[in-house]
Amino acid sequence: MEEQEHAHPRYILIWVILLVLTLAEVGYAFLDLPKIVLASGLIFMALWKALLVAMYYMHLRYEPRRMWVLAASPLPFAIILVLAVITEF
Amino acid sequence: MSNAAVATMDRKPMPGMKVYNKKLGMWVFLLSEVMFFTSLIGSYIILRFAHPDHWTDPGVVLNVPLTALNTFFLICSSVTMVKAFAAIQEGDQKGLKNWLLATILIGATFVGIQGIEYAALSAEGFVPALDAYHAVGRGNPHEGPSLGGPLYGATFYAMTGFHGAHVSIGVLCLIFVYIQALRGVYTVADFEGVEIIGLYWHFVDLVWILLFTIVYLI
Repeated sequence: MEEQEHAHPRYILIWVILLVLTLAEVGYAFLDLPKIVLASGLIFMALWKALLVAMYYMHLRYEPRRMWVLAASPLPFAIILVLAVITEF
Repeated sequence: MSNAAVATMDRKPMPGMKVYNKKLGMWVFLLSEVMFFTSLIGSYIILRFAHPDHWTDPGVVLNVPLTALNTFFLICSSVTMVKAFAAIQEGDQKGLKNWLLATILIGATFVGIQGIEYAALSAEGFVPALDAYHAVGRGNPHEGPSLGGPLYGATFYAMTGFHGAHVSIGVLCLIFVYIQALRGVYTVADFEGVEIIGLYWHFVDLVWILLFTIVYLI
């Protein structure tokens, strides 16, 4: 398990960032802004949080580069799927 | 082939991948889960664009503060899970058991709160496949703003229900790993089981982060 030989990430710091972002999301969701601005900001914050979990809690940052490729492999399909349904309208 | 030989093969990295087979297998499984949840989210988007009148503003029907608290719990459980993993990497058996137990309890709390949320929403008439216009309890269904249509409830229960099922399965798997930890199965040289369930648990947390935003806040 040589791939585990790295210093532990700052788990508690990541946790604090996730909580702050969650609070920011809840506060932001109730602002009186256009729907598209609200949705874009919320999705940005959610993707940022998801990225933090994947990179530090799932340790993707410390995996070999080819694992990154593997982990990212469904993303083009996911994006195509979502964009395909959006363009229906 | 003996069990020892099989175990040795399991720990041997897949040629070219530099990670052991069980971990690679879990990652491949999680990638299939990405597409599963993307299909749910894609369906949600197409239904919401097609029938915007079925949805309400955030917080009108769904209980955002309670779910934000539940989100807080799930994020906390990710920390306890990763602390369990860090503990066994350092050979800390007591830390492993304590952090695993904390993860199980917090995960079970998440499922329990989701059950309470479902019960409260059902009592208000917000049920899948039925007309949620009759939802009562928050706002006046006859005079106030629309409380949404049947698609709101159907998509809500489909997305959060599948996620809740994943959390429930995760809790059961964590209980199994905890029992194994009590038996002293995991060591500083062999902690694959903890790492693999950890990957699943963090993925479930990651999905909830996205679902919470899409279902409750947008």
